Amino acid sequence: MSSVLADVLVVIALVGALVLVHRPFGDYMAAVYQSPKHLRVERWIYRAVGANPDAGMRWPAYLRGVLAFSAVGVLFLYGMQRVQDKLPLSLGFRPIPADQAFDTAASFVSNTNWQSYSGETAMGHVTQTMGLAVQNFVSAAVGIAVAVTLIRGFARSRTGDLGNFWVDLVRGTVRILIPVSVVAAVILIACGAIQNFGDIHTVTTLTGDKQAISPGAVASQEAIKDLGTNGGGFFNANSAHPFENPDGFSNLLEIFLLLVIPLSLPRTFGKMVGNVRQGYAIVGAMAAIWFLAVIAVTWIEYAHPGTAAQLAGGAMEGKETRFGEGNSALFAVSTTMTSTGAVDAAHDSFSGLSGGVLLLGMMLGEIAPGGVGSGLYGMLIMAIVAVFIAGLMVGRTPEYLGKKIGGREIKLAACFILVTPALVLVGTALAMALGKGRSSMTNIGAHGFSEVLYAYTSASGNNGSAFAGFAADTVYHNTMLGLCMLLGRFLPMVFVLALAGSLARQAPIPVTAGTLRTEKPLFTGLLVGAILIITGLTFFPALALGPLAEGLA
Amino acid sequence: MDNSSWTNLGRTMWAALRMLLVLTVVAGVVYPLAVTGIGQAAFHDKADGSLMTADGREVGSKLIGQSWNLPGTDRPDPKWFQGRPSHSDCDPLATGSSQLGASDPTLVKSVKEAKEQVAAFNNVPESEVPADAVTGSASAIDPDISPQYADIQVRRVAEADGLPVAQVRKLVAEHTEGRTLGFMGEPHVNVLQLNLALKDLVSKQ
Repeated sequence: MSSVLADVLVVIALVGALVLVHRPFGDYMAAVYQSPKHLRVERWIYRAVGANPDAGMRWPAYLRGVLAFSAVGVLFLYGMQRVQDKLPLSLGFRPIPADQAFDTAASFVSNTNWQSYSGETAMGHVTQTMGLAVQNFVSAAVGIAVAVTLIRGFARSRTGDLGNFWVDLVRGTVRILIPVSVVAAVILIACGAIQNFGDIHTVTTLTGDKQAISPGAVASQEAIKDLGTNGGGFFNANSAHPFENPDGFSNLLEIFLLLVIPLSLPRTFGKMVGNVRQGYAIVGAMAAIWFLAVIAVTWIEYAHPGTAAQLAGGAMEGKETRFGEGNSALFAVSTTMTSTGAVDAAHDSFSGLSGGVLLLGMMLGEIAPGGVGSGLYGMLIMAIVAVFIAGLMVGRTPEYLGKKIGGREIKLAACFILVTPALVLVGTALAMALGKGRSSMTNIGAHGFSEVLYAYTSASGNNGSAFAGFAADTVYHNTMLGLCMLLGRFLPMVFVLALAGSLARQAPIPVTAGTLRTEKPLFTGLLVGAILIITGLTFFPALALGPLAEGLA
Repeated sequence: MDNSSWTNLGRTMWAALRMLLVLTVVAGVVYPLAVTGIGQAAFHDKADGSLMTADGREVGSKLIGQSWNLPGTDRPDPKWFQGRPSHSDCDPLATGSSQLGASDPTLVKSVKEAKEQVAAFNNVPESEVPADAVTGSASAIDPDISPQYADIQVRRVAEADGLPVAQVRKLVAEHTEGRTLGFMGEPHVNVLQLNLALKDLVSKQ
């Protein structure tokens, strides 16, 4: 079978599996967040914490919960890394330096999982499982909770009650993320991913060399790393490491895990607002953009432009033999489009134009399909903008799902949209102007600029993948990227929750003949157009200096 | 902020800390231990890293690439099938790739040199050298090579080990793994497994 035909079958299998689970899994998640009943283990948790699970929260209280929980998470994870040498099972690793510990804590709490350390020589067992992996779960649960709150804003009316943050956080973790992770982790072990708490194990090879074999609770962390669109690798090589991603099947499973929650949440949305076709319109826009990018990157990688790739006879630099060009391209698109940032190939070594598509995927706001929760709320904000544009064209007050999009709503949406570009462009410009960008480049010229742009895009968009030639472990970049990650995560959440509050207060407007039908394919097209135009205009100049200049040279 | 908002904030922070600790127990202790229990019970060898043994001792992991140089040198040993180039000399404590772009002059130079070296070492024309033989992987510990790279090494290995070419070729064919379920991933040859089989063959001679 030719590689291309095999790749087509891989995409068909992936899409088929996602379509199959979309309905039951989306419905299940809707039930999780709507059910009035608490599980016994959840009651224990609420009692231990002293939270009343049946009290509704207004948006400021909900936001206070999100921010307090995340702030405590940053401090806890920072502290754990700083005293790592005192913890058991630390494998003899030293404490992480202050700037890097801040960067890593900000990174994992903000669901970015940008890494300026190498897991295999930096993080002990306890830091990995009780520090980093815990944030993999809870940062994902926070993301879904905020998305669910925005859905409630549309679904509820004449109320300030947006649900209870503690309940949403616990249910997301206990009822969704942990069960799926257990199943996925066991399958990964069956493929060959490791799962142990041993020591670094030295063997003598047949040629008489010594080789150190790394230990770790890898499979359990790998499962949630992908499912929660976190992306922080147990090892430096991330999902390219054979202990994280042993074969062709595990690779496909990991891509499935990246996409399954972001692509099922629109169903949850449709179910909760009482019209599943609204969800189809949203998922259609997500899938269309993802699919176009998959075709583009796969095609470019097979064509392997670039002097070195042409000379080698294939774009295999930075790719694993067992995955090849096609499976690596599929993973790369899925990870950048979901805000995951796990990599099974070196994005820095992709051809210039492919790198540009990956960058664009993050610049679109990671909404196709985006991170868990963050993808859906990002896409719903874009839907509001699309409705607003359509309203301007026909001269009618815009409305979406029976809620009026007035001055306050569109201002909040606009603020949301401005956060990422501001952080990316100001961050990149500052780094370049201060000379901090150039001193961290591995590559030269346009590709070197792409490394800096990629780093600030990845951090601000909470992606976490890298053009890893960029030497990020400096005090300047650790600090600036850490700030970009925190602001890029939590400022948008402020606007989303405020928006949810303002929508929930409104009384619904009845549907009339003049209402824009947002469940129709026409609206999906309008939505995709709005996304491409807004992002394109914002980022085109920066893209022209980096990947476009390199790709067209 | 007035006094009551400060109290509110304090109360929320306190609840947040307790929530984090409880969830750390659930997701950071119970979950990984449960997965370890199931994994170790059902797939013990895999969970421990798929270690391979020869002559009663561990010689590496099936999943971790190794270098096959002449002892104490950085020159490839003609007796063994060679893996892909690795900038870290296959050190599992330094995984990751070169990160060089597809047009980078350093990469162009290293591909050119690798191509000449592989062609001369195996006595084949440069046009027969596949891409994986002259490029670094993403992990620097890629355990596999393409079937094409294995093929061009057959003659050289057979000669160095004093084995019939047909027998070595058969060995490569036996150790070529297809795509998982016929369509996932790419066909590959695991270098450690192949070399272990080769060692058996040589010792039987």
